[in-house]
Amino acid sequence: MLCGRELAVWRGERCLFEQLHFELGSQQLALLVGANGSGKTTLLRILAGLALPTSGTVTWNGVAVSELAAEARREVAYRGHLEALKRDLTVAENLEFHAALWGREPKLEGLLEELKLVQVAHMRARYLSAGQRRRVALAMLHLSGAKLWLLDEPTTNLDGEGRALLVAWTRRHVDSGGLAVIATHQPEEFATRGTLMIEL
Amino acid sequence: MRVFNAVLARDLRVAFRRWSELAHPLIFFSIVVTLFPLALSPEGSQLRDIGTGVLWVATFLSSLLALDGLFRGDADDGSLEQLILSPVPLTIAVLAKVVAHALVTLLPLICLVPFTAYTFNIPSAALPTLVLALLLAAPTLSVLVALGAALTIGLRRGGSIVGLLVLPLTSPLLIFGTRATDLSINGEPTAAPLLLLGALAALAISLGPLAIAAAVKVGLE
Amino acid sequence: MTMKLPRWFHQLGSPPYVYRLADRLCPWLGAIGVILLAVGSVWGLVIAPADYQQDEVYRIIYIHPQTAYIGMMAYVVMAVAAAIGYVWRLKLAHAVAVSAAPIGAWFTFCALFTGAVWGRPTWGTYWQWGDPRIMFEALLLFLFLGYLALRGAFDDRDKADRVTAILAVVGVVNVPIVHYSVEWWNSLHQTSTLLDEGGPAMTTDMLIPFLIMILAFTLTFYWLLLRRLQAEIIEREGDARWIRELVGEGAP
Repeated sequence: MLCGRELAVWRGERCLFEQLHFELGSQQLALLVGANGSGKTTLLRILAGLALPTSGTVTWNGVAVSELAAEARREVAYRGHLEALKRDLTVAENLEFHAALWGREPKLEGLLEELKLVQVAHMRARYLSAGQRRRVALAMLHLSGAKLWLLDEPTTNLDGEGRALLVAWTRRHVDSGGLAVIATHQPEEFATRGTLMIEL
Repeated sequence: MRVFNAVLARDLRVAFRRWSELAHPLIFFSIVVTLFPLALSPEGSQLRDIGTGVLWVATFLSSLLALDGLFRGDADDGSLEQLILSPVPLTIAVLAKVVAHALVTLLPLICLVPFTAYTFNIPSAALPTLVLALLLAAPTLSVLVALGAALTIGLRRGGSIVGLLVLPLTSPLLIFGTRATDLSINGEPTAAPLLLLGALAALAISLGPLAIAAAVKVGLE
Repeated sequence: MTMKLPRWFHQLGSPPYVYRLADRLCPWLGAIGVILLAVGSVWGLVIAPADYQQDEVYRIIYIHPQTAYIGMMAYVVMAVAAAIGYVWRLKLAHAVAVSAAPIGAWFTFCALFTGAVWGRPTWGTYWQWGDPRIMFEALLLFLFLGYLALRGAFDDRDKADRVTAILAVVGVVNVPIVHYSVEWWNSLHQTSTLLDEGGPAMTTDMLIPFLIMILAFTLTFYWLLLRRLQAEIIEREGDARWIRELVGEGAP
């Protein structure tokens, strides 16, 4: 259960948003929409615990996200604009490291096939296209085995197939008990009945 | 800890994939050391007087060179964010990165020092102590350099400030380290300064990662 | 980290309250400080008997050690304030740290300057690398300058506050270590120090003006700190109503 209470963010004199309340429970999807610069990325980073709001609190299962214990942090996955790929390591090495960080077994075979990354598995990340890098980011998301997904415009650079895959994954994740907050410019791709819309 | 090893292995692997960059601190060290006889005089006795100091200062300056690998690279591609968010306590990940930096930057420098010491007419009997003192100073130096890097994450011209921040803090290391080397050149017992270096290293390793992790988190906010 | 804090602590977190408190305290600090400075200066520089070794020059003992001491105290004040600001997220504490830094840097610089003035007649040179106190003061000045440089490099003030707080705390932990190592270094090289030359022991006629000057400088420091803090508060609070009321007093 992810709860945000009286969240406000001020950038100097400018108020990005204030009085933001929401509650997200299991099997629920929330979509963040708003113009560029409206604070979607900032809000997602706050939900992840990377940044602090000017006022207000965010809690995951009752604990403030900036003070989560290690086990609880395992349940949260944040994917922003940067893919967290070391350019000089291969795709496989990057994925194995990520799995190790999250204390999971790196089960790569089926995953790479599904994401059409088998050809590049042993290629250094510097040679990947933007779309391929996005797919590797998706693989990392899957490997983390997290319950709460915080995704910042995840469909950027993905082709039609990739987007369809992501939408299917999201639906599967939410249906099996997960939660997700996704910032997107195309909410209609993800939205279903019962989707929470947060407009900034 | 398995994760400590994973972070260490990853950082080492990344460093060695760009192995030409590993040489930069070594080349810098050699250049700095060469400048002194040029600037002063190549006379043997004078070189021996300044040799200890030159080697230590050159080592400290050279260690400031390979900073990007510590945090900036990870900050730029998003890996640092993931490290902060991961279930691993940030202090452990930070310690692994500091160790990787020490192995990749300081260890080669320390290997180069005995050869350079010889050219400054430092007697070979003193070399083991010199190397030992440098090894004892290395953890503290790495922690201080990492702290400087962490405090300047995200600053556009952060590199130029790190020296300002870090070098004054290294003065105790310099004092004890050169003292140990000089004592050893004169054949006197060197236990006192070496122990002091060791104590500083213990302090740095235990408290340093906390400060560094705090700086990293603030830097990425 | 949240603890139950007494009410006066919370009041100290309110910028208008602190600003007005500073307004009330400053005249006292300033007045007493100036009086003590005058008394101490006249006593030390004119009345106290000349030292048999150093003659009139030793009189700088009424200024030099005081500036050095204030420099050190400023760093501690800065570090403690920054730590409080970091842990309890009090902007005002960060404002205190920021205000203390340049004052501390100036006092430390004055310490080096007065040290040079003292050194010339004593050693024949303005700068003696061997004096541990000069070395320590130089390093302390660098610590201040590093703090100020780091502060200036950030655009975002909150981030600057918190990052420099970490630097300040690390610095304050290092200060005793650096001090000890420089004294240790000096004991090996056996070079002369300023205070050695200042006379074997201070007699009472020397001690009293010495202490008066320490007190005078301390009050001056706090006066400077509060005034700077007021300026810092106004800059941070910007357009707040209480500031407009303050400035609007008397405006048409």
